[in-house]
Amino acid sequence: MTIPFNNPDRPNSYIGKTVPRPNAAKLVQGRGRYVDDIVLPRMLHVAFSRSPVAHAKIGTFDLEEAKAVKGVVRIFTGADLAEVCTPWVAVLAHLKGLKSPPEHPLAVDRACWVGEPVVAVVATSRAAAEEAASLVVVDYEELPAVTDTMTALDADTPVIHPELGDNLAFRRLHEEGDVDAAFKSAHKVVSARFRTARHTGVTLEPRSILVDWNPAEGQMTAYHATQAPHMMQTVFAKHLDIPESRVRVVCGDVGGSYGIKVHVYPDEVATAAIAKVMGRPIKFIADRLESFSTDIHARDHEIEAKIAVDEDGKILAIDVDDWTGIGPYSVYPRTSAIEGNQVVNLCGGPYDFANYRAQTTVVFQNKTPTCQYRAVGHPIAVAITEGLVDMAAAAIGMDPVEIRRRNMYADDAYPVTSPAKMRFEGLSHHASMDKLIEMMDYDALRADQAEARKHGKYRGIGIASFIELTNPSPFMYGIGGARISAQDGCTVRMDPDGSVVALSGVTEQGQGTEAMLSQVVAEGVGVKPSKVRVITGDTQVTPYGGGTWASRGAGIGGEAALQAARALRDSILGVAAAMLQTDANKLDIRDGQVVDADTGEERMPLEELGRIVYFRGDTLPKDLPRELVQTRHFITMEYPFAFTNGVQASYLEVDPDTGVVTLLKHWCVEDCGRVINPQLVDEQIRGGIVQGLGGALYEEIHYDEDGQLLNGSMADYLVPMAAEMPDMQIAHVETPTKESELGAKGAGEAGTAGAPAAVMNAINDALRPLGAQVTEMPFTPERILRALGKIND
Amino acid sequence: MKASAGGYARAESVGHALELLAAAEGQGRVLAGGQSLIAAMNMRLSVGDLLVDISKISDLSGVAVGDGALRIGALTRHAQVGSDPLVNVHTPLLRDAVSHIAHAAIRNRGTIGGALAHADPAAEFPACALALGAILHVDGANGARSVAAEDFFEDVFTTALNEGELLTSITVPVAENGEVQVLEEVARRSGDYALVGLCLVKRSAGHRIALFSVGPKPILAKGAMAALDAGDLDAAVESLSAEIDPPSDTQASAAYRRHLAGVLLRRAVARLKGDVA
Repeated sequence: MTIPFNNPDRPNSYIGKTVPRPNAAKLVQGRGRYVDDIVLPRMLHVAFSRSPVAHAKIGTFDLEEAKAVKGVVRIFTGADLAEVCTPWVAVLAHLKGLKSPPEHPLAVDRACWVGEPVVAVVATSRAAAEEAASLVVVDYEELPAVTDTMTALDADTPVIHPELGDNLAFRRLHEEGDVDAAFKSAHKVVSARFRTARHTGVTLEPRSILVDWNPAEGQMTAYHATQAPHMMQTVFAKHLDIPESRVRVVCGDVGGSYGIKVHVYPDEVATAAIAKVMGRPIKFIADRLESFSTDIHARDHEIEAKIAVDEDGKILAIDVDDWTGIGPYSVYPRTSAIEGNQVVNLCGGPYDFANYRAQTTVVFQNKTPTCQYRAVGHPIAVAITEGLVDMAAAAIGMDPVEIRRRNMYADDAYPVTSPAKMRFEGLSHHASMDKLIEMMDYDALRADQAEARKHGKYRGIGIASFIELTNPSPFMYGIGGARISAQDGCTVRMDPDGSVVALSGVTEQGQGTEAMLSQVVAEGVGVKPSKVRVITGDTQVTPYGGGTWASRGAGIGGEAALQAARALRDSILGVAAAMLQTDANKLDIRDGQVVDADTGEERMPLEELGRIVYFRGDTLPKDLPRELVQTRHFITMEYPFAFTNGVQASYLEVDPDTGVVTLLKHWCVEDCGRVINPQLVDEQIRGGIVQGLGGALYEEIHYDEDGQLLNGSMADYLVPMAAEMPDMQIAHVETPTKESELGAKGAGEAGTAGAPAAVMNAINDALRPLGAQVTEMPFTPERILRALGKIND
Repeated sequence: MKASAGGYARAESVGHALELLAAAEGQGRVLAGGQSLIAAMNMRLSVGDLLVDISKISDLSGVAVGDGALRIGALTRHAQVGSDPLVNVHTPLLRDAVSHIAHAAIRNRGTIGGALAHADPAAEFPACALALGAILHVDGANGARSVAAEDFFEDVFTTALNEGELLTSITVPVAENGEVQVLEEVARRSGDYALVGLCLVKRSAGHRIALFSVGPKPILAKGAMAALDAGDLDAAVESLSAEIDPPSDTQASAAYRRHLAGVLLRRAVARLKGDVA
């Protein structure tokens, strides 16, 4: 069931409005509290000596010179930490066949990627620890490195983990309908080879952790820049042999995460292990340079795919063969098979067709491990699907908008199950497309494109429809055995001054979670958002929950907050009714006042109610419940995921002499169900689009064939910057989920999901008159000129 | 990463700076705007330097005109070069170059002398100095000397500066009547080092073409200059292609850079003729 939030004149109407972010002033004034701002008595710093080679047997250590550096307190090797920390194996039961070897906080016997932590140096300052780390001598006996994905399974390729038998981590084939028959009889078949580059998230605040072990209390406190405090509580407890109840994870301000900070990193676990051994607080702040080789990478896929259509442009079949290399270990505890699995789940997503085959092959390599990064698998699946649809449209001479309209699920078709067996509760592909076409003035843009071409300018329009997976249920991780909560909770309480405190299990990483929670609670209770203080990110304080990832903060955490707030409202009105000698249902709370529900007449400020309850409770009836604290939890039950949908468009110009792409404008219409805070949602979409544009045009981690990272710095790994970003126009269609009263689905990843495909299609639209096509991201000037045949080697 | 400097001293004057450099026994490093040096130190590409900070030597900064030449102090910041009225009139190439150099914060700190002495082959100013026929003025324990730009840049990050010498200023001939100066470059993003950049100066004596990001040092493309003087653009492009030996890296291959150099030359020539591409 949902409740209507559409009436803007209703009392306490904060849901659906842009309200100020409660933490914005703190952050812009530099008063945030990030992990690196925390200094504890007797604190030490750890820096790591990391493998300089992609694959090597670790021989002897010479630590004498490092120990001699002033300020060095202790040095740990993999064997030292293996005594106090058990290794982990990142597999999940529902990802059948997924295998991965045990991984230690510091490499034991063998180093498997450039950047893997091998020796930890603890010192009184980061500078001293780094100086000593640079003097650590390790005898590396180099082993052959596996770096190419497509040949990782060949018989003559060395096996990275001989005990696993081969380099195959995971393979999944999904088949629906009669794909071969559909291709055989099709009017037109188009095939293409796609490539998405290896990316990383480049968070503004690097990975950060400060761990304090108090042996007197037997308690570990980890101040951690993480998206999932409760998950990390479990991880530290399990592998460091501490009762879960004795691990507290505190997650204060976090400077961006994008999925990078939802994983277990060996150097962070090593920091915790060292803190426990030494009984002193240990801080590790990843350096920007080591971030490039140790933050998870993502999106390194190579795909062969084809589509079959009939004369009318109806999609008959899609066939996808996806390959990805994930580094030497599946990443704990979410695993590195999810991204490939998502590609299988999401290809063809917007379209009503019958015959679908997709296989993902996930292989080990000697590179930085890959795992979930914003919009996991979506940019890949959307690029494959939307690239194929555009190519099919061109092959039969149909407009790209028209072919989509002929194939997208009808807006009244729901609920439906896709050929990938994804269940959609309610989507709005056609309404979203209509809105997009109107917003971008598609026909005028086509006229502008034609006019520009007369002047020798090659402009292109690219469309990309997409679906986005949000609000995951236990079907994402819990079902496979991971202790990652799909449920989330919120405790809301009223204090004596009538202000409200909300404690939530979802976390804030800069996207505005706390603003969203404050307005949901404000509306639910009936106070101004400024009267709500939101507390997140402390496992000892907040209700148990999953944290913020997979676009679940608003849809899951927001609903728990709404339920708790409404429960508190009911408690308050119960007390007020007794005090005012009336029925609770004749009262309401508006702007912090108990009012007459019909007339709006003010009956009592909440401060007065608070004063009576907390200080003169003796004056209330003896049996009157006066619980001004309420907790509610929420979990989705009916659908494994709340799918959202949307469509993006890109308009750009390609310089056929230099290959440079200039982005002219970008549009996105997105349906995330209930929009709680329009500005926050729009900016999340824009930020997501920027990350997608980065993947389309700039971002690519390069390795040489020996597994050396070639561009691990901000000078060489090109992230999208303001000067190149186009104006972005955002609009919404709202199809609330019926699973919750709030009706919110996720919005955090939609921008990233669709933007690369929109740009690819726009570039190819521009290049089509020149007979060229690009499908390998990023679309660098060089790749475009090579497609145009203008480069002579 | 944390830098590991060997020491730091602030020079009060050019003489003092030279003394400090002489006392540093080969470990001395001149700190001016710090926009390349500090980054290199923070990446531990440069360790143990004895930093000689010249940033407070006021007479190393500023622009003056005289004797048919513009003199620019080595400490003049990029942003100052970009907005200086004398530079605007007499060497518009340098003005135009500034808008391509990195980002505003870097332009506010970086100095023209630092850029020239650092001799990054992908930087704008060294190529501009070549194209303009600038003279670089150097002071040292053995006295002052002047080096033509053509003799100054020797290799990647390597110049004719001797150990213990300090670049104090450059002089550039003021633009003659009718002189046209054009800079063209392509970078992946605004503010990035150019994939290839090209400076074209047209004087009554002939054309001068300097390129950056096409090899270990900026080059003067003499064959292309001669062809342009002869009025043969196609021959100039062909000659240019043979005169450069660009590197391949993660941003672009040598073949792409070679192609781009030709495109930029054609665009620069079009701009000489007043055709805005």
